[in-house]
Amino acid sequence: MSQSQRHIISILLENEPGALSRVVGLFAQRGYNIETLTVAPTEDESLSRLTMTTVGDEGKVEQITKQLNRLIEVVKLVNLTEGPHIERELMLIKVKAVGAQRAEIKRTADVFRGQVVDISSSVYTVQLTGTTDKLAAFIEAIGPSCVLETVRTGVSGISRGEKVLSL
Amino acid sequence: MELLSGGDMIVRALHDAGVEYIYGYPGGSLLHVYDAVYKQSHVKHVLVRHEQAAAHMADGFARATGKAGVVMVTSGPGATNTVTGIATAQTDSIPMVVICGQVPSHLIGDDAFQETDMLGIARPIVKHSFRVTNPVDIPDIIAKAFHIAETGRPGPVVIDLPKDMTMPNERFEYNYPKKVKIRSYSPPQRGHSGQIKKAVDMIMEAKRPIIYSGGGVILDKSSDKLRELVDVLGFPVTNTLMGLGAFPGTDERFLGMLGMHGTYEANVAMHHADLIIAIGARFDDRVTNATNKFCPDAKIIHIDIDPSSISKTIVADVPIVGPVGSVLDDMLSLIRNTKEQVDEEALAGWWKQINDWRPRHGMRFDKNEDGLMKPQEVIQAMYQATEGKAYVTSDVGQHQMFAAQYYPFDEPNKWINSGGLGTMGFGFPAAMGIKMNFPDDMVVCVTGEGSIQMNIQELSTCLQYGIPVKILCLNNGSLGMVRQWQDMNYEGRHSNSYMESLPDFIKLVESYGHIGIRVNDRDELPQALEDTFNKYNDRLVFLDVRVDQKEHVYPMQVPLGSMRDMWLNKTERT
Ligand SMILES: Cc1ncc(C[n+]2csc(CCOP(=O)(O)OP(=O)(O)O)c2C)c(N)n1
Ligand SMILES: [Mg+2]
Repeated sequence: MSQSQRHIISILLENEPGALSRVVGLFAQRGYNIETLTVAPTEDESLSRLTMTTVGDEGKVEQITKQLNRLIEVVKLVNLTEGPHIERELMLIKVKAVGAQRAEIKRTADVFRGQVVDISSSVYTVQLTGTTDKLAAFIEAIGPSCVLETVRTGVSGISRGEKVLSL
Repeated sequence: MELLSGGDMIVRALHDAGVEYIYGYPGGSLLHVYDAVYKQSHVKHVLVRHEQAAAHMADGFARATGKAGVVMVTSGPGATNTVTGIATAQTDSIPMVVICGQVPSHLIGDDAFQETDMLGIARPIVKHSFRVTNPVDIPDIIAKAFHIAETGRPGPVVIDLPKDMTMPNERFEYNYPKKVKIRSYSPPQRGHSGQIKKAVDMIMEAKRPIIYSGGGVILDKSSDKLRELVDVLGFPVTNTLMGLGAFPGTDERFLGMLGMHGTYEANVAMHHADLIIAIGARFDDRVTNATNKFCPDAKIIHIDIDPSSISKTIVADVPIVGPVGSVLDDMLSLIRNTKEQVDEEALAGWWKQINDWRPRHGMRFDKNEDGLMKPQEVIQAMYQATEGKAYVTSDVGQHQMFAAQYYPFDEPNKWINSGGLGTMGFGFPAAMGIKMNFPDDMVVCVTGEGSIQMNIQELSTCLQYGIPVKILCLNNGSLGMVRQWQDMNYEGRHSNSYMESLPDFIKLVESYGHIGIRVNDRDELPQALEDTFNKYNDRLVFLDVRVDQKEHVYPMQVPLGSMRDMWLNKTERT
């Protein structure tokens, strides 16, 4: 048995009502798991771009991509993890920021190339982009105990170099 | 330029798609469409008595012809009543177009009267679905629905049709597309030549080869090519439950069906094979038994149009994605043009071995000398009476397996059963769908007293349209297949598998205007069959044949075992 790994699957989907529900429904129906899911229209408004991360061994992920390809509205699909790629996730995070913490959080955000995008007397809201690991590392660095709320977009990904996913 | 209302467009587009019959049931959301049906005579509507039967009728037609069957039902309960029929078609890859009424667009989402999210309900059991959001799109959507349903790996397509899309006084330009193009849908047209070459190399080296073919051969109308391949190679062939008839059941090279209730020789030959050529079959769990013990020595060539069927349960050594027919063509021309030869000597030894296996079980069963008939002998008698030429549909249970085992099919598309979903209630309406389209052929539904009651209301439809199917009810007074499992695994505790208070089927069918014949003894059977197929040729005949309740279906693979682990009768195991 090959090992279970995280895969980033990127899909060009017809931008039609019901198309997304077929993708999500497929995962539920066949017992595959979705770790993250992002979807938005592309520059060609007839298409949506969808990125999902899932965990499974090679055979499982092969089945997932084959089953996704069976959906009529899936126009193109690539498993980004099979080649060099860039992945990014955006996180907005509210942290308790009082007294000395305020400067410390700002410094840490700078190190992670985050920005403080909103300030109140006791709370900073930081915006951070990066890989999933980097976002986790930031939370670790500021200390999970001062985190009040987080929201993440889920992974978006694109392959490196000349390779493009288009019609 | 032609202006039509949405309702008229539906009927007109069906006509342009080549549809003769639609099977359905009216209701509020579809009244405009039903009015359009009334005003023309090209497309004929068959009124069933329950929407599930409409789906199975369309399915039976589709299985016999390869063309999509058409179902039309109203919103809400009409639509949900078709769910079992749609799922049955999906599991066996049967083309079907289901037009479901829907409440008017402005009411969708408001829990309106007879509103149900049919697209949502049907999503996991369709190949695709559409909602009409503009009447102008109707011809296009219908054309796409047929295209999707019938090409690639076939399957059912649902069209959700809000009532306001069909208003009689709103007319739109009608254009039925000559060609359908869907940019995100292009089923494979040819197999990969490199893979086909690899397969042929393996075929030439094989010592103990076997061809394992399934419903895909029938769906792609390629049984002549399968036969050609076997003629050229001389390899043994086994068929799945869905593939019966693709290769002649009476041919010497046919080992019978494989799998859970397959023949001894088919299952043992699979187990010992060094090469399995899987053609349009999907290594279903009812075929493989435990996958980790599956055919330990075999290399596997797997031809299928759907890549997701390949290496799903059993990993293929040479996967070939493509239509069965075209791949077989390419294979045949390669085999004919290569200098290599199949290993005749090894093959002769393999055949000797197989022929030694054949008599071990030989599909023998013991007749009760004075007692009740065995179901097997009834199927054999029916085979004789129909000279093996009938369309045989079946329901689900022991009778289904006996029909598959004891009625050898020499032609494809003649054995019609719900193999994948195992839907009781399928057989009778499926037979009706076939008989309407093949009025001159014999169509027999083999059923049990349990299954037939799941759609028995269709006796009324048969009276209305004069559909003289023959119903052969192997009446064992129990849910036999359930009872068999209870005998084998639950120490004979027959929990809810006994059919108490059965109706008098003879009186029942007579009350619907048909003919019923009861057969209690062996002596009565020949005359009953004679009357069924000759004297009452143009009538629906219900043969209620009493058979031994204690009989089990054998061989039967031992759960969690390999292909060759089987019970051969109640006491003997391999
Ligand atoms: C709709 C449906 N419900 C339940 C089952 C489970 N099931 C499989 S075979 C069977 C018994 C069928 O009885 P009968 O039609 O009398 O056939 P027999 O096995 O006695 O020949 C049942 C209940 C099924 N296949 N389909
Ligand atoms: Mg029964």
